[in-house]
Amino acid sequence: MHPVAFSVRVAYEDPLNSLKMTGDRVSYTLDSTLESVNTAEEAAVRIASAVGFDEDETQKISMAVREGAVNAVLHGNAYDPQKKLRIAFEKKGSSLVITIADEGKGLDPEKIPDPLAPENLLKQSGRGVFLMRTFMDEVRFRSLHPGTEITLLKQVRGAAAAKERSK
Amino acid sequence: MNIKSSTRKVNGVTIVDLSGRITLGEGSVVLRDTVKDLVGRGSKKILLNLGDVTYIDSSGIGELVSAFTTVRNQGGELKLLNLTKKVHDLLQITKLYTVFDVRDDEAAAISSFSR
Repeated sequence: MHPVAFSVRVAYEDPLNSLKMTGDRVSYTLDSTLESVNTAEEAAVRIASAVGFDEDETQKISMAVREGAVNAVLHGNAYDPQKKLRIAFEKKGSSLVITIADEGKGLDPEKIPDPLAPENLLKQSGRGVFLMRTFMDEVRFRSLHPGTEITLLKQVRGAAAAKERSK
Repeated sequence: MNIKSSTRKVNGVTIVDLSGRITLGEGSVVLRDTVKDLVGRGSKKILLNLGDVTYIDSSGIGELVSAFTTVRNQGGELKLLNLTKKVHDLLQITKLYTVFDVRDDEAAAISSFSR
C-alpha cells in the first residue's frame, strides 16, 4: 500500500493532543462535547479530500461523520465528561472506512423509527442515522458493551479512483 | 462559523434573514429562540430566508420542522425562501420539501401569505 499523505497533513494541522497515526489510519480520542463534533467534521473534510473524493462526495462524508459524532456525543455519551468519543479514518484499498465509537448505553438500529414514514415526518429528531445511510455506501453498527461503534464506508470512485489506479 | 439572524417586516410578513450554519448547538438555538420570540409577540406570518445558510445538519432540519409546527399550532404560517442547493437537496431527501411551502421570490412569497 502507498504511504498516505493525508496522515501527515492532518498531523501538522491538528492542534489537539488527541491524534494518533499508524500507517493508513488516523484516529482521535475526544471529549463528549460539541467542539469534538466540529473537530470530527473538519477532520472528515480534510481526510476525504486528501483521499481523493470530490467536493460533493467530501461534503456527504463530512455530514455523515457529523451525524455519527452527534449521535455518539448526544445520544451515546450524553455529554458525560468521563466518556470519550473515538473516531478513526482508515484508507482500505479503494475505500475510506470511518469508525465512530461512544461509551454510552448502546443503540439498537432496528428500533430507530423510519423518519420518512408519514407519522414521523414532522418529528424534530430521528434523521441522523438515515442521513448517514443516505450519504455513505455502507453503515454498520456494533455493540461495544458499553457503547456503540458505527462504521461508515465509502468507495472512491470516478476521477479519484482513476488517480488512485495510476499510482 | 455559526448562524446570524435578523428580522424585518414587509406588508405584515416577518422575514427572518438567516446566514451561516444551522447545526446542533448555537445554530439551532438561535433559530428556535427567534421563532419562539416572534410567535410570542404575535407574528403569524413568518418567512425564513435561508439564502445565506451554508450548511444544515439533522438537528437544524429538526429545528425547521419544529418552527413550522410551532407557528402552525398558533394558527400562523411559516414558509421558506431562497434555499441553497444543499438545503434543497436535504429537504428532498428527508421528504420535507413538500411539507414546507418553499419560495424563491421574496415579493411573491410575501403576497402568498393569507390576508
